[in-house]
Amino acid sequence: MNVAGPDYRYHTLVVTVENKSGVLARVAGLFARRGFNIESLAVAPTDDDRFSRLTIVVDLESAPLEQVVKQLDKLVNVVEIRELHPGSAVERELMIVTVEAEPDRRDELVEQLDRAGGKVLSVGADRMMLSLVGPPKRIDEFEDLLRPFGIVELQRTGRVALPVLDEDA
Amino acid sequence: MDGGQALIRALENEGVDLLFGLPGGAILPVYDPLIDSSIRHVLVRHEQGAGHMASGYAHATGRPGVMMVTSGPGATNVVTALCDAHLDSVPMVCITGQVPVGAIGTDAFQECDTTGITMSVTKHNFLVTEAQDIPRVVKEAFHIATTGRPGPVLVDIPKDIVDPGNPASAMEWSDDIEMDLPGYDPDTGVDASDIATAADMIRSAERPVLYVGGGILKARAAEVLRQLAELTGIHVVTTLMARGAFPDSHDLCLGMPGMHGNFTAVTAMQEADLLVALGARFDDRVTGRLDGFAPDARVVHVDIDSAELGKVRRADVAIQGDCRVAIEALIADLQANGLGDADRGAWRSRISGWQERFPLAYEAWEPGQALKPQYVIERLRDLSPDDTIVASGVGQHQMWASQYWRFDHPYTWINSGGLGTMGYSIPAAIGAKAGMPDRTVWAVDGDGCFQMTAQELVTATVEGFPIKVALFNNSYLGMVRQWQEMFYDERYSEVFLSKDVPDYKMWAQSMGCEAMRVDDPDEIDDAITKANGIDDRPVVIDFRVMAEEKVYPMVPAGATNSDLVVPPSQADLSR
Ligand SMILES: Cc1ncc(C[n+]2csc(CCOP(=O)(O)OP(=O)(O)O)c2C)c(N)n1
Ligand SMILES: [Mg+2]
Repeated sequence: MNVAGPDYRYHTLVVTVENKSGVLARVAGLFARRGFNIESLAVAPTDDDRFSRLTIVVDLESAPLEQVVKQLDKLVNVVEIRELHPGSAVERELMIVTVEAEPDRRDELVEQLDRAGGKVLSVGADRMMLSLVGPPKRIDEFEDLLRPFGIVELQRTGRVALPVLDEDA
Repeated sequence: MDGGQALIRALENEGVDLLFGLPGGAILPVYDPLIDSSIRHVLVRHEQGAGHMASGYAHATGRPGVMMVTSGPGATNVVTALCDAHLDSVPMVCITGQVPVGAIGTDAFQECDTTGITMSVTKHNFLVTEAQDIPRVVKEAFHIATTGRPGPVLVDIPKDIVDPGNPASAMEWSDDIEMDLPGYDPDTGVDASDIATAADMIRSAERPVLYVGGGILKARAAEVLRQLAELTGIHVVTTLMARGAFPDSHDLCLGMPGMHGNFTAVTAMQEADLLVALGARFDDRVTGRLDGFAPDARVVHVDIDSAELGKVRRADVAIQGDCRVAIEALIADLQANGLGDADRGAWRSRISGWQERFPLAYEAWEPGQALKPQYVIERLRDLSPDDTIVASGVGQHQMWASQYWRFDHPYTWINSGGLGTMGYSIPAAIGAKAGMPDRTVWAVDGDGCFQMTAQELVTATVEGFPIKVALFNNSYLGMVRQWQEMFYDERYSEVFLSKDVPDYKMWAQSMGCEAMRVDDPDEIDDAITKANGIDDRPVVIDFRVMAEEKVYPMVPAGATNSDLVVPPSQADLSR
């Protein structure tokens, strides 16, 4: 699925929240209660241990972005919300995946992996574990490529994002 | 100092004079230092009552209502009252006991996930885990409850941090309490260029209406609203939450709009070319079917909560800020730059035409009938002091009270608008009386509602809050009956109560109230006059009213406001 498609159905919010217990539940509860759909959600500490950062990809078919942002902003523990327009954000996601890799197909697989810029994490008798970091769209495409080999298990982190640097930054 | 003492002291520091509550295991340690406090505690008979009392107190006084209950069932019993306050933006602080910190998450006795359960029905909630944090969190709770868009805030306090027998309760009091709310900064100022645009729209509007909601009362802006209306000559509608914000007896007052609003208020909004929404949120009970609501109106929307702007109806000018500040700025602009020269003559005569043809109306009483509920409200209104506070339940009686009372003062109408909580009136009236002891307080209640919270009349008697209850006994869940009559082919399903069981008079007497029963229209005045003369105990009057009476006008669910159903006597008049 092309998440950052030209229709910009999905929008990324980078939300700084207080690092307190229950904050994630408040955010998730708000989305559930108001019928806003989350496409992906990543949570991580920031360089300041009072705060955490959520990267939320919102499905704008469920609600106008403005309502989502304003309702989020009302949560007392939400400190800052930045809207990243898909056209002006650098977005990354990590995938790790275990695939079927019989010895006779291994070269082909590694070639694809090299071309995508991924890494081999470990090698078993008939399977390999790979990783790839990239824009979500590239991850989608690589996932499609792997499917014919036989995906055993796959895990994606959900995206994180920052605004594009402007030139004089 | 221990955490329990600190909690009481922190409440005292916030100026709390009254606390509505009921103790239990987890909150026990806080009830001990309460004995030595200046705070008066009102012991309720059910925790929901404490919540609505806090709400009634807050509505009447403008100060936050405060309640305190135990963990588990105590906490779950206040959930309705919290949700009610959340939807009506009532400033309240609720202290709940919790099991000791170490027992949280173990399904301990009377443990429930209070902060989890109440997350979506409070403006914010806290679970405090260290005694040292208690003063700061209490300060933050009051700050959040009373600033920006007000609302209920809950503070969950584990037992060990307030129990002097437990080392975890040790703390050091400091008068220097700093709040730590990096994500909370309610913005009250208004944008000057938006004000200028709004003033221009007012100047040029030919059919403007000031659409006033409960936010006006929260902003304590009734006085400036009146100045704005009189300066511009623009008519005002006051929503169910704003009754009293603009005097009903004022020439420019059109009364209540919405599902059971009067014809003129509903139709003026519907036909307007400009709606100036002030602290109102385009609730579905006001707009009717949204795509047919006020089709020609441009909208100026002022609200302290920016999430309300554009939530339901797109605003041409959206002004985030305090209503009073915004109105003052509008007045200043209109005074400085003139009122414009839009011709509103035709509009005024249309309005007065509607008022003449479509007043609120009900059919005259005929011998043999039970009492007309509308008439009872009119007599209550005319025989009670002008500044009487009316607290209502939810149902037909609520709509009649809102329609037929004449509210000429702000903070005299207290009801459950957003949640529509049956049982609200008696505890809310008690809270209002507790906050305003010199005022006459009438609870206008239904028989269904009465049976949900009547036990608080025991509280009223024992604690000395002589409220008066006008019980509209129609032996039905009348509002539901009305819908079944009108929209379900008169198939009545589970709406009949009983006129005689319970015996309301005996029940009221058993709770220490003076009690009367009125069947005959000729007895109404005497009963009311007698009730108004009693000030040493609560009074209940069981008014036997007609079950068949319906609330008119009415916008049927799913219809637009243009399809307002008027009383049968007006059905053939041209609109
Ligand atoms: C707690 C609760 N339960 C159910 C309802 C649905 N409801 C709305 S009005 C009403 C009837 C109220 O009956 P009563 O108090 O007798 O008032 P009446 O309409 O007869 O004046 C009901 C059941 C509600 N609003 N609140
Ligand atoms: Mg009834």
